[in-house]
Amino acid sequence: MGMKREEVCDPEMLREVQKQLRLNLRLWGTTPDAAEMLLSTYNSQAKHLEELMTRTLKLGESNSALVLAARGVGKSALVNIILENLASSGTLGEGVVVRLSGLLQTDDRLALKEITCQLRLENATANKVFGSFAENLAFLLESLRSGSKETSKPVIFLLDEFDLFCHHHNQTLLYNLFDVAQSAQAPICVIGLTCRLDVIELLEKRVKSRFSHRQIHLFSEEKFEPQYIDTMKLLLSLPETFVHKGFIKTWNAQINALMKTDDVLRVTKRLYDTTRDVRALKTLLLVCVSQMNADRPKLTPEMFIAAQPIMRAEAKTNMLQGLSILQLCLIIAMKHLTTIYEGEPFNFEMVFHEYLKFSQRKSTMQSFERPVVFKAFDQLKCLELVRPVDNTRGIQREYQLVQMMITPMQVMDSLNQLPGIPTDVQQWATCSFA
Amino acid sequence: MEDIIAQTQQEIPCREQQINFIGNILGEDDYPLPSSLFLYGHSGTGKTLVTTTLLKKLGIVTSHVNCVEFYTSRVMYETILNQLSGTVPNSNNNYTSYASCDSLGDFARNVREIAKEKGGPRMAIVLERSERLRDCDSNILPVLCRLQELTQDVNIVVIFCSTLPVDKFRASTGFMEPIAFHFPQYTKDELVQILVSRRVTEYSEEFYSNYVNLVLSVFYLATKSLPELKHLVQLNFKVYCEPIEKGEATESDIKKLWRNIEPHLKKAMSSVYLREVSSSQFERMQSLVSESTTSGDLAQLQPQMKLTGTTKIELPFYSKFLLIAAYLASYNPARTDRRFFMKHHGKQRKTQAMIKAKERSSNQLVGPKPFPLERLMAIFYSIIEDKVSPTANIFSQISTLVTLRLVTQIGGDDQLDAPKYKCAVPLDFIRGIARTVGFDIVRYLYDYA
Repeated sequence: MGMKREEVCDPEMLREVQKQLRLNLRLWGTTPDAAEMLLSTYNSQAKHLEELMTRTLKLGESNSALVLAARGVGKSALVNIILENLASSGTLGEGVVVRLSGLLQTDDRLALKEITCQLRLENATANKVFGSFAENLAFLLESLRSGSKETSKPVIFLLDEFDLFCHHHNQTLLYNLFDVAQSAQAPICVIGLTCRLDVIELLEKRVKSRFSHRQIHLFSEEKFEPQYIDTMKLLLSLPETFVHKGFIKTWNAQINALMKTDDVLRVTKRLYDTTRDVRALKTLLLVCVSQMNADRPKLTPEMFIAAQPIMRAEAKTNMLQGLSILQLCLIIAMKHLTTIYEGEPFNFEMVFHEYLKFSQRKSTMQSFERPVVFKAFDQLKCLELVRPVDNTRGIQREYQLVQMMITPMQVMDSLNQLPGIPTDVQQWATCSFA
Repeated sequence: MEDIIAQTQQEIPCREQQINFIGNILGEDDYPLPSSLFLYGHSGTGKTLVTTTLLKKLGIVTSHVNCVEFYTSRVMYETILNQLSGTVPNSNNNYTSYASCDSLGDFARNVREIAKEKGGPRMAIVLERSERLRDCDSNILPVLCRLQELTQDVNIVVIFCSTLPVDKFRASTGFMEPIAFHFPQYTKDELVQILVSRRVTEYSEEFYSNYVNLVLSVFYLATKSLPELKHLVQLNFKVYCEPIEKGEATESDIKKLWRNIEPHLKKAMSSVYLREVSSSQFERMQSLVSESTTSGDLAQLQPQMKLTGTTKIELPFYSKFLLIAAYLASYNPARTDRRFFMKHHGKQRKTQAMIKAKERSSNQLVGPKPFPLERLMAIFYSIIEDKVSPTANIFSQISTLVTLRLVTQIGGDDQLDAPKYKCAVPLDFIRGIARTVGFDIVRYLYDYA
């Protein structure tokens, strides 16, 4: 690698690199390079969407479409890139983009307020006194309707988390939006983004019939070898716009070399086999990047290895690790009960009975009093390792039926990994006859 | 950056890895923050301490809230906005908060505005006990996880602290996964190290660490929680030092000190650890015990001091019998009523099968079964000796027992027609009651008879 040692150790440079990489790796959003890559991956879909919007903007057609894809595939990013392109090419022109999110606008009243706000109609609505939601909606629609192809600005509605809008009362908002899109009024383009593939089934009949049934699916067909690795390279490399021009080449060459090492390939392949969500990849890389400092000014395979346990941590084993021996005894007792009674729920008394059988006959350990054991049991309930079957109040807590939230297999697996368990407890766990 | 991490590691012992990870991922100065972090681990593993210390040192504008405090999400939004903007509701501003905020949409907009007003500082929201967020609006978790995106580029991080792993938070269509990080429980050596380093005493370190080891040898099997152990260590230290102060032993006389402290620790396990007596009471009791020569039973010394275990409740005569009848009805199967409560019920032969069946479904393990009102009254009349007429008084006593939670009513919709009840008292309690009226309850219990 042709890089000068002193150049990397420059703290100012290091800071800039860190900052740029962190920008690249933000869990959402895309840098220009990544945007291009996304566009090339979903070439046909992007063209389709772009054409739809252009038709609305240029010709005054009204359209509606749904973009369907799993989480973290890049729906919002794709739509944003297209809009940016349209804006920069001047096609967007007079058009207005209204962004709504199903998470934030939880009912139609809030959504309407947001639309008014984003269309800059506050002044118009502020002077008027609306008696009701319906009137407000009517006015908004009227201002849309009063326009025609020639006179009014085109509006693009982006509905993020479209499935949540389907749960609104009577789907009034959706009905009205699709209705405007159907009839010859102001040109609007309604684009819904969702991760539910069956979202059409959530729509009411009248809403469904007004929807154009144009669905755009984004499936990531990327393979590990070129595409996934390329994504990774892209995320870790410095863009053309980086401040220290001279350093870009050396750094990018470093990254290219890094991507060929076995350790990195192994770690990332494992992640790829679990999930293809780019966000998971970004998390992994962020953990790696954050390990860089003055002593270790470049990314190394060791950082990937160090980041791996954070990504694949088994939460249940982690939680079991922190339990006291008494609580582990209870878990084992519950495991026996679950195996013997084939998953039937049990209560504290049964667990305590089982524990007593162990501690009085087989164990050399001090046996705890009943209230102490009950406290331990209660703590397990707080950790949701056991969960009550029904939550009827007024039942004595000793007799409340609970179920274990771990399978006996998992208990055994975790127990084998835990250090420092007394031998008699270990033996009790393995023997099937308590 | 490195010196901040090193400094924090100095202050907080045994959390090097965690401080390293969080410090590095937050980064310094103007780095973009990650969208959300999720810290989980048992309570008392230093999640909050590490996070707040680091945030303070890094100079990030922080809002720190505990999700238990909020009965509606509105209160939570306003508190967070107040803390981020630095507004303190007081008499000068007429106790108004930064903004009134009803919905998440407003919340996101306000966060954006605060960032704009302050010139885009790095901000953080720390949510403690975030498992409670699951009980709030269903969309609050997904929104907080992607707050950066929804506020359009505000450099803000949301840090969740919880005792539950992230698996328990996933809702129907999923959300943007935060970066999860585990805080492991301290090991035994680390516990000793921390407890010793936090000592306030004039005795030597070795002496104190010996003492801590003794306490751990009793309590470590039952609990690994640092706050609990810290409390117990503080509480019992005076007793441990007592022989030295009296001049009966020296600091190196470990065996003698151990013999002195062991019964106290065992006692603390069954009282203080369970909060049956409050710690101040325990201290007072310890002094009483040390004054009297015989270290008698705590319960005998100060019977009124115990918080629980007061199983004696004064009840009217008929109420007692009603409660006994309720207990018998709950814990005896209905088919055996004939045998227990009728004069001439014919002879019962104990078969092997019957004994087996009894063992299998012991009612003391399964718990009380529901019974109708008629059965309760029938048993009541057969166990009470004198003649009682079913007056309104008797029936009102049943409902009093229900309000006292000694008996629970099941299926609360039907008050008049056919209410069903369950007895909700343990065997010891009912034995005490039966003793006061001279009734031998064990003879009537199916599991024991």
